[in-house]
Formats: sequence, structure tokens, C-alpha cells
Amino acid sequence: MLLVLAVLPLLGAIAPALAIRFGRNASALAAGAVTLAALVILGALAPAVMAGETVQVRIDWIPSLGLNFNLFLDALGLMFAGMILGIGLLIIIYARFYLAKADPMGRFFTYLLLFQGAMLGIVLSDNVLLLLIFWELTSLSSFLLIGFWRSLPEGRQGARMALAITGAGGLSLIGGLLILGNIAGSYDLTVILQNKDAIQASPLYLPALLLILGGCFTKSAQFPFHFWLPHAMAAPTPVSAYLHSATMVKAGIFMLARLWPVLAGTDAWFYLVATTGLVTMVFAAVVALFKDDLKGLLAYSTISHLGFLTMLFGFGTPMAAVVGVFHILNHATFKAALFMNAGIVDHETGTRDIRRLGGLATLMPIAATLAVLAGLSMAGIPPLNGFISKEMMLEQAGHTVWWGQPWLVPVLATLGATFSVAYSFRYIVHVYFGKRRTDYPRAPHDPGVGLWGPPAVLVALVVAIGLFPAVVAGPLVEQVSRAVIGGDTPYYSLSLWHGVTPALFMSLCAIGLGLGLLFAHRRIAAIWHDLPLPDAKTLFEGVVAAAARSAAWFTDRVHNGSLERHIAMFIGTAVVVGFAGFLGFAFVAGDRPTTPASPLAVVAWMALVVATALVLLHHRARYLSLIYIGIVGLVISLAFIHMSAPDLALTQISVEVVTILLLLLALNLLPKTSPRESGAPRRIRDGTLAVMSGLGVGGAAWAVMTRPLDSISGYFWDNAKPGGGGTNVVNVILVDFRGFDTFGEIIVLGIAALGIFALLETAGVGPSGRRILAWKPDTPRSPEHHPMMLVVATRLLLPLAIMVGLYIFLRGHNQPGGGFIAGLVISIALLMQYMASGFQFADQRLRADHHTLIGLGVLIAAATGLGSLLFGSPFMTTAFGYFSLPVIGKFELATAMLFDTGVALTVVGAVILALAQLSQVAQSAEKQEPLEADEAMDVDPSRPSPAQTEAGA
Amino acid sequence: MISLELLVASAIALLTAAGVYLVLRRRTFPVVLGLAFLSYAINVFLFAMGRLVIDRPPIYDKAAEGYTDPLPQALVLTAIVIAFGMTAFVVVLALRSFLETGVDRVDGTPDAESDR
Repeated sequence: MLLVLAVLPLLGAIAPALAIRFGRNASALAAGAVTLAALVILGALAPAVMAGETVQVRIDWIPSLGLNFNLFLDALGLMFAGMILGIGLLIIIYARFYLAKADPMGRFFTYLLLFQGAMLGIVLSDNVLLLLIFWELTSLSSFLLIGFWRSLPEGRQGARMALAITGAGGLSLIGGLLILGNIAGSYDLTVILQNKDAIQASPLYLPALLLILGGCFTKSAQFPFHFWLPHAMAAPTPVSAYLHSATMVKAGIFMLARLWPVLAGTDAWFYLVATTGLVTMVFAAVVALFKDDLKGLLAYSTISHLGFLTMLFGFGTPMAAVVGVFHILNHATFKAALFMNAGIVDHETGTRDIRRLGGLATLMPIAATLAVLAGLSMAGIPPLNGFISKEMMLEQAGHTVWWGQPWLVPVLATLGATFSVAYSFRYIVHVYFGKRRTDYPRAPHDPGVGLWGPPAVLVALVVAIGLFPAVVAGPLVEQVSRAVIGGDTPYYSLSLWHGVTPALFMSLCAIGLGLGLLFAHRRIAAIWHDLPLPDAKTLFEGVVAAAARSAAWFTDRVHNGSLERHIAMFIGTAVVVGFAGFLGFAFVAGDRPTTPASPLAVVAWMALVVATALVLLHHRARYLSLIYIGIVGLVISLAFIHMSAPDLALTQISVEVVTILLLLLALNLLPKTSPRESGAPRRIRDGTLAVMSGLGVGGAAWAVMTRPLDSISGYFWDNAKPGGGGTNVVNVILVDFRGFDTFGEIIVLGIAALGIFALLETAGVGPSGRRILAWKPDTPRSPEHHPMMLVVATRLLLPLAIMVGLYIFLRGHNQPGGGFIAGLVISIALLMQYMASGFQFADQRLRADHHTLIGLGVLIAAATGLGSLLFGSPFMTTAFGYFSLPVIGKFELATAMLFDTGVALTVVGAVILALAQLSQVAQSAEKQEPLEADEAMDVDPSRPSPAQTEAGA
Repeated sequence: MISLELLVASAIALLTAAGVYLVLRRRTFPVVLGLAFLSYAINVFLFAMGRLVIDRPPIYDKAAEGYTDPLPQALVLTAIVIAFGMTAFVVVLALRSFLETGVDRVDGTPDAESDR
């Protein structure tokens, strides 16, 4: 159930996107149904959690990394999940009526559900690595939501800023939680939460704390990372109401509460967290009073209340934590209602500017009533829920001593409360009361129930919790507090009247002073707006621009557009890192006995050395270097034979032939020589890099070869014959054990061939096509198009070569051979026809289409693999049996052969496609007229040699 | 006595060095050759991870005295074919780039530009 709950919104996110085809209502209904279903599941799990149980689901994901899909639901998770889903449902209803016709609603709800799923993941995760994944998902999905109106530059900038700040915080949180997990020895929260003493005694406690707080403070918009939140107000109002009341910004608070048992209680925690919270609370409350934008006011109010919560958790006392839990709930109710109310005002009057509003109470009585109730709760006026938690907070602040100063925290807390009263009343009075105006952008009236219904539900909660706190919220607060504290709660009472206490006096002070501030608002605001205050957005964009400039500067330094330089840096880095690693430890020579080299091996080695040296010396003469590199390939084939690898030798030699043919064909059109361009310093640099790379790789090979082998191949040995039905273990590995790899590789080969096709098929147009037309042969041409000897020989050889190919193919499962080699041999046989008799001749006779061959090959291989599923075996299981026929005798049939057929077909198709395409381009460059099909063996003495052409020109 | 291991290791070193040097050239064709050299070097390197064994092909036979490790061979076999695919693609890319721009430099810069 818990698993379903966790993944439902994420999987369900596709539903509204699909349902939008049936209209906006269907889309909203789909999103609402998904959320409601999740809420019902949560409701079913709730009784157990409220009884003190913890619901858990554990699924191993990557146990070796400690990353498991472990979920747990305790009371803290329950409260947050309830807020996420409950307010989410209200937001979906509200958004259905809020968004304009032109807004893509399907996309909106999909984003919203993605975000909802990510938030739910955070509060349900037991594994911190899993939690981090969801944490990043909230940053990403909130980016999409904040920037939902893509056409608005503020929307895009706000979304970018939010992503940059919360994303950076996410990185910091990753570091912190990894440290925490390492100290505790497990990445499971349930285990980490048991290890308070080990964590607080660890020397890494402070770094972990700082990193985790970096994540929490950015997410929860604490000073000085608060500035992204007001800019995120460019989002549609339903998004603001959702993200900034109950969800996104509360994620940081959630982490503070979640990790409270292991992190809280130290001096570092108190001074970092409580001080940040206190500063944020007061500072943001002051700013909020001077915001003229309704949503801006609410945004700073949110920051202020987040500071309020942070401060409470920062006090580190169980009692303060209880108050924090209670206020999380209260803030979510009244703030979501107020955001929705601001949306209603915006929607109905066409403006959110407080200076242009006023006197709406009689025009919009319903909205006014809701705003007054929620606003009074935000101000902390009895008998509403905001009053109770604010008074409890003041009580806690009242006896908190900060650095030996008993009066500092109470005075500042009262100051924060004062401004809070002032801005709350400003919201109520300056919008809804005062004179009715005549210049509203639109004629205001109450909206439909779709818009005022959802906030009304929340306001009902505000009043209910305010009047009967112990009944409505008491049990939940008790259980959640236990979950946060990790033990029994201290004595507290949720009630409106606590008697004549210092907190009551502080409350009264705040209300009186706050009303005074509002009364003098105009004069104070004039002074405030004259103050030279730094603009966070300008600062932020300055930092971003500076970072972009330095990144661009660095990139330009490293990469000036020259590819050689870039590759040189790449190789140089690899060399430096490799040698640094090598020099870092004491090298001990291996003790495996070496194999004496035969004289023949020495001779082959010398041939290879000489050929390589010749390639290097003559690499500018391209034909010559091609011949030398052929020698290298030949020696390697021989080496494979010598060193017990017949399959490799066969593959290498046939690939060698095909490669050289291909390079020859390409060289026909390319320049035949490379000019000498590199100066001595360049060549010395490249030479040094080359020598160092060679030493590194050769040394590594030597080090491995002189050490004993500990191979996993025993398994393949034991199972090749009984399981795969073949004695050529290499081939059995290819078509059976590692068949999936082979399948992937033939696909790669096919794609390479199609890439070649795409590159050459389009070469006939544009500048490339003009160059082909203008191309003149720059090497002497034989007067014979198709030399008779060659034509006759290749045609005679064709059946023989195909025969050899088939033979190699058939025996491949038991003897050296197989699909790859057979495919290459058959390709060579066909290529010889192209070479000797010409493209036209061969192409007309080769009926099979190359593309079809590739596709067929891949399909056959796939079908063979899938076939085993029909018989209840895993993908790509080989079946085989022995049969006997008269005359031929006993023989074996294996499905692996079918798979190998696919391999062979793909290889043939890919090779022929590549070479045929090349020769076709060459032919159009040679400007040969299509020949009569039967005249392949013609001799054309009239064909001029290049020398004659030039003489004629 | 020269050991086979020494010959193979030095051959790998030489092939790698040649490959790296050629890959760093400015014209396309030497770069293609360089990639071919690197493919040789890497394939032999991977093959050598199964150690060097003479006359013990990985063919199952009751009479055989022992076998070499088949796994690196299987991996290298496909690597050889894939290396062919890569070489073919790169050389065609070079050809198309030459046809398109008229120069066969790896980064397509005109001949007139000075050495960087």
C-alpha cells in the first residue's frame, strides 16, 4: 500500500496529459482522481500510524551502494503527506477554475502531479539516497511549475533562480547526508536516527551539519538564500499557493524536523539554526510590510514564517519542537488560503497592487470573509489557530538565552510578531476596507464556488483548530511531536487561554504596535522606499553573469576550436592522471612465469615494428601507408593464431581485407598526400604524448600479463557444451552467454552502415555535389574498366568463396568460425564482384537490398532471442538437439545457429551497404555512363588517361 | 631469452604510440589510420588480459591438455568488428567533410589559416 502511495502521483502524472484530449474538466478530473486515490490510501494507513506504528516497505534496488527503495510512514510523514495530498487536491480544483482557456492545462496538472509525487517521496523515504533523488525531483518539477508561463521573462528568470539556489542546496544536502550515512554506517533514516551519540561525537558532525543546513536553508528560503522565493511568485497563483504554503519550502523544515533527534541539541545547532531563523523571521516580516504586490507580501510573509519555524526547531528543546510541529500545520492552512485569496483578487479585479485596491469587502463579501479570517490567523489574533501557535512560540522565545543575553530573543521575536500583525492587517484593511474605488481594472465580484470553495475548506480548518485545538489537532500534534523528538513529549496544552503569561503581554504589545505601524504605514513606507537597499535579483544575476564569463574564459583557453589541441589535452590529461596514479604506489613486478618467444615470433614482431615505423615515416603518402598498415594487421592476425585465438585470427584477417578495400575506395576521392604542416614543436609535443601513452598502456599490459590469472571463465567452460551445445567456447559465449551483447553490437554495426549511407546518399547535393561534378581523376586510370583476368577469376571464385563462408558458418559453433567471420567472408566474395565487374553489374545481380539484409539480420537475432520466451526460458536461451539423417549422419541443430544467421546477415548487409555506397559516389565522380549490363568485361581504349585530359584542356 | 609477454607488451606500446601520434595530425586520413592503430592496440591489450597461452585454443575437447581463457577472445571478436564499423564511418565522415568543405582537415578550417 505504501509503495502504491509513493508511486501513484508519479505514475499518475501521465493521466491528465492524456485526459486533456477530452477537455479541461477531464484533465482536472484525472489529476484529482489520482490525488484522491492517494489520499484514500493514506487515510487507510493513518489509523495504524496514529496508534504509534511505523509502516515500512523495503525493496532492494542497488544494495551494493546502499541505495534501496525503502519507505516508511510515521506520524511526521503522515502529517506532511496529508498536507501535500489534501492541499494538492484543493489546488487542483482551484487551478481548474483559475487557469485561462489558453493555458495548457494538461501540462500544468502533469507538472503538478510530478511535483506532488516528488514531495511525497521526500516525506516517505527511509533511505536517504532515495530521499535525495526525490529532493532533486522537487527542484526540477518546481522549475517547470514556476516557469509554467514560458512567455513571461519573469517566469523564466524566477524559475532559473529557484533552480539555481535550490539545486545548489541539493548538492550541499547530498554531501551532508552522505557524511551522516557514513557515520551511522547505513543510509537508512531509521538507522541514522538511532545514532545520535555517534553522530554528535564525530569530528565530521560540524561539516555534515553545515552541508545539511545549506540544503534546508536554500529550500526553505532562509536568509540570505531567501531571495528566490519572491521571484518564484511569477508562477501561476495555484502553484504559489501549493509550493509556498505546504510543500516545496516546507521540505527544508521537514528535513530539520526529521533530523532533529540526531542533529539538534548542540551549541552549533542552536546558534546556526535558531539565529538564522530569528533573523529571517524579523527581516522578512519587515520587508513584507512594504511590499505592494499581494503575492510579494505573502511571499515575504512565508519567508518570515519559515524563519519562525526554523527558529523553533533551532531552539533544540522538545517543547519548541512541539510548537514547531503545530505551527507547520497552522501555517499551511492559513497561508494556502491567503495565496488562493490573492489569486481571486487578481482574477476578479485584474491587479494585485495593493495601492490600486481597497473597499472590496462589499463587492466581494465571500472572498473578504475568507481573507479576514485567514489574515487574522496570520496576524495571530484569537480565536484562530495562528494565535495559539504564535503565543506558544513567544512563550518559548521568552525564556531563550542567546549568548548570555536573556532579552535579545524575546524582543526580536516580539518585533517580528509586530510586523507580522502590521502586514496581515495591511492585507485585510488596504484590500478589503476603506473607500470603494472607481478605477479597478475590472469590475470585481465574488468568483464561482470553484475558486472560493478550496480556500473556504482551509479557513474552516483555521477556525476549527483555533476554537478546539486539542480536539481537532491535538492527537496529530502529539504523534508527530513524538516522531520528531524521538521520545515522549513534554507537558503542553493546546488551548486559546494560557492565563496571564509573559507571552500574552508580548502578544498584546505586538498587536498594539503592529496596528500603530499600519496606521503610520504611508509615512514609514516613504522612508523605506528611499533607503538604498540592495536588490537581490541584480546581485544574483551579477554573480551568474560573472560565473558565465569566467566559464567562457576558461573554455576559450582550453578549447580554441582546434580539435587536435582538444584531443591533445584529452590524451595529456589521461597520461598525467595515469602516471600520477602509477607513481602513487610501490610497483612490484609480477611473478607469473613468462613464455619464451619462438624465433618466428621475434621475426613477426620485427615486421610489425618496421611496418609501424614505415607508416609513421610515410603517413603523408597515403597509399603507401595503407600498404604498411596492412602488414601490421597481418602480423596481428598471425599473433592471434600463435596465441591460441583462431577465431580472432579469422576475424582480424577478414576485417583487414574489408577495411583496406574501404580505405582504398575512400582514398580514390580524397587527396593522395598530406602536406607537411606541423612545425617541430608540434611534432615534439605529439611525439612526447605518444611515447608517454605507449609506455603507459604497454606497461599496464606487461604488469597484467606477468601476474597470475583469476578468471571467471570456469563457468563458461563448464556450461558451454551442456548448456550451449557447442564446443567452440568463444562462439558459444558470443551467441549464448553474452548473446545480448552481440545483439547490441550488430545493431551498432547496422547503425554505422546506415550512418554511412546517410552521409553518402546526400553527398550529391550542395557544395559536396558540385565538388563531385568538378572532380577529376588525379591518378592514372587503367584503359580497361574491368580487367578480364580479374573478372573471370572472381566469378569463378564467387561460389567457392560463398561455400567457404557457409562452411565457416556451419562449423562455427564447434570449431573456429561463426556468424561474424562467415558474414565477412561472404562480404568479401561479393565485394570482389563489385571490384572486378563494376558497381552496375554487381548491384543488378545482387537482388537483396542491403537495408533489408541489415534489418532482417537484427530481426532474426531478436526473434531467436524472444523465441526462448515462448518456451518459458529467459531471453536468449539456446535450445539444441542432435538429429540424424540417412547419408549425412548425425548432426546438431541449435537455435544459436539461427541467432548466428542474424549476425551474419547484418554483417553482410552492413559491409556491402558501406562499400556499395562508396563505390556509387566514386562512380558518379568518375562520370561513368551506366554501362550495358552485359558488357562488364568490356575494354574501352578510347578512355583518356588524366595526362591526355590535361593536355587537351 | 626474450619472452612473448615482452614482445606483446612492447608491440602494444608501439601501436598505441603510433595511434596517438597519428590521431593528433591535422589531416583526416592520418587520423583514420591512427584510430585503426589504436584499435589494434586496444584489441591486443584486451586479448592479453587473458594472458598469453600457446597451442591451447578454447575449443572443448576431451583430449586437450588445457585451454586459454575464452572470455577476452569473445569480447575482442566483437570489438574487432565494431572497430571496423567505426573506421568505416570515420573515413566516410572524412570523405563527406572533404567534399563539403574542400579541405581534408579534421576541423574543416581552410588551408590559409596559420598553424595553431
